[in-house]
Amino acid sequence: MQDLINQLFQPFQYEFFNKAMLGAILVGGLCGLIGVYVVLRRMSYIGHGLSHSIFGGAVVSYVLSWNFYLGAGAWGFLSALIIDAVSRKRKVSTDAAIGIITTASFAVGVALISKTRRFTKNFDAALFGNILGITDADLWAIGGVAVAVTLVVFFIYKQLLFSTFDPEVASVYGVRTRWIDTFFSLALAGTIIVSMQILGVTLIAASLIIPPTVARLLTDNFHKVVFYSIGIGVLCSVVGLYLSYEVDISSGAAIVITAALLFVGVFSFSSLKGRFFGRKPELDRLEGESAVALASGVLVTSNDNHNHDHSHVHAEEHHF
Amino acid sequence: MAIPIVELDNVSCSYGPQVVLSNISLKFQPGEFVGLVGPSGSGKTTLLRTLIGLVSPVRGQVKIFGKTVQGGSVPKDFGYVPQLETIDWTFPVTVEQVVMMGRMREMSLLPWASRNDKISVHSTLERLGIGTLAKRHIRALSGGQQQRVFLARALISNPKILLLDEPTSGVDIKTRNDVLRLLAEINLTGVTIVLTTHDLNSVAAHLPQVVCINRQIIAQGNPMEIFNEEVLERTYGPGMRVVKQDGMLLIGDQLDLFKGLKELNDTRLRSNQVAESIGHADGGSKSLSRD
Repeated sequence: MQDLINQLFQPFQYEFFNKAMLGAILVGGLCGLIGVYVVLRRMSYIGHGLSHSIFGGAVVSYVLSWNFYLGAGAWGFLSALIIDAVSRKRKVSTDAAIGIITTASFAVGVALISKTRRFTKNFDAALFGNILGITDADLWAIGGVAVAVTLVVFFIYKQLLFSTFDPEVASVYGVRTRWIDTFFSLALAGTIIVSMQILGVTLIAASLIIPPTVARLLTDNFHKVVFYSIGIGVLCSVVGLYLSYEVDISSGAAIVITAALLFVGVFSFSSLKGRFFGRKPELDRLEGESAVALASGVLVTSNDNHNHDHSHVHAEEHHF
Repeated sequence: MAIPIVELDNVSCSYGPQVVLSNISLKFQPGEFVGLVGPSGSGKTTLLRTLIGLVSPVRGQVKIFGKTVQGGSVPKDFGYVPQLETIDWTFPVTVEQVVMMGRMREMSLLPWASRNDKISVHSTLERLGIGTLAKRHIRALSGGQQQRVFLARALISNPKILLLDEPTSGVDIKTRNDVLRLLAEINLTGVTIVLTTHDLNSVAAHLPQVVCINRQIIAQGNPMEIFNEEVLERTYGPGMRVVKQDGMLLIGDQLDLFKGLKELNDTRLRSNQVAESIGHADGGSKSLSRD
């Protein structure tokens, strides 16, 4: 028993592991929180797209010797605002706008790398994360963004819920939906930027999508979805980091695999519960986009799959 | 005469080059119960959206309580119930969480609801007869209950005017009548009600005022007076028929009318048979009215 305990705590004798654990917990909770709104706003694709877009900003910052967080942050926020502005045009759908803007931004990054060949060392870290190389400055940045996002969500919680659930009617009841959307874009861009060091561009979207999706399978209550999602994000980060240390695999991949396994477990349990206890399988709780995102390893290409499934049967209209 | 609660003066609205409403002039007096009817794309929903500031008129003025409002500004004292088809039923919210949203203007910045907020939600739910459903998910309700939830969200802030976009679509005939009766009760408390609907027969049976729209106002008044074939043809195009039977209006195309008359006769036949069987059971000692 003592051996097991010693083995469990053994990684904590290394400072890099302690820093990594703290960073992973903060990022897990942060992604869990902001991911609730990403999933419920049917914006799963934006998490993936925006991380690619920010990669372009990171390369530009590196090449021009700007501060990474400021350069990549400004780039990411600008991308989010442009996506929002372009998708308001009736003829350009949100997923098309995300696809165009974020891949163009990513392409700028790749082009700069191929031209200057100065970012190659950090290229892998940017794509797949380097949690074990996390610095004090990174931790401060993650902590700062986590506190700022939590405070913003705390004070606009009700408005954010209303504008996510029913944006048009929210504006009728005095919610400034444009401002809320802007705050949300800023919070999302900030979350993705500080998560890049931990998870990498390619894996961030999973941390945004899986915890709220699992939470959604567990409850119908919005407040509980928020708390469960944060908890699941933290849990997956802790377990994934241990797994990464013990099995010696990439930490970002380990965290995402842990989350995906949790999803499979909860989803299977929900489906079995529905089958044997007569409850409706919880798969239909998942929005079409999230289900596709999970099934296809996070990538989603459409966000207009609105599944307005009513449990009640609408009786056929009877006209006199 | 009282100041109209809402007044539209020569209002025109368009989406890009497409004109949706043209030269609409309307007044809604306090306490009125009005139905807006017209074919799909006739501008009914746009008219409602104009009243609540979601659509800015390209021409004309909208006055609320006698004061001109700018496009984009949302007047207070309005309750709005959107089409239920626009609701995301997979969204994880309970009945009380949805109704609480209606108190957005009164609530504090803190994320949790105050004691007053909770009392207000539960009294509104009780008023609408769905007090026991507070903790239920919105999808785990019948169509009529779902309509009441969104009605509760609109009523919780005690609006003076209630706007409903197709509150009777997608529900069975009993639920439809229940919803309209409930709205009539709310109207009796002094709340002005304006709703859009495709269901002309329900409008004729339940609403005292109706406005026929097809991008412009075709007619307005009591349905018994204005629902005639000429008005309906101008609103919906040719083929609409109106039958008056036993003081009731039946409106529709010929097939609809055939079904409607058959249903009416079947209903009457069934009531007669029930009445006769009760009469026989009583040994014919009571005379029962068949009307």
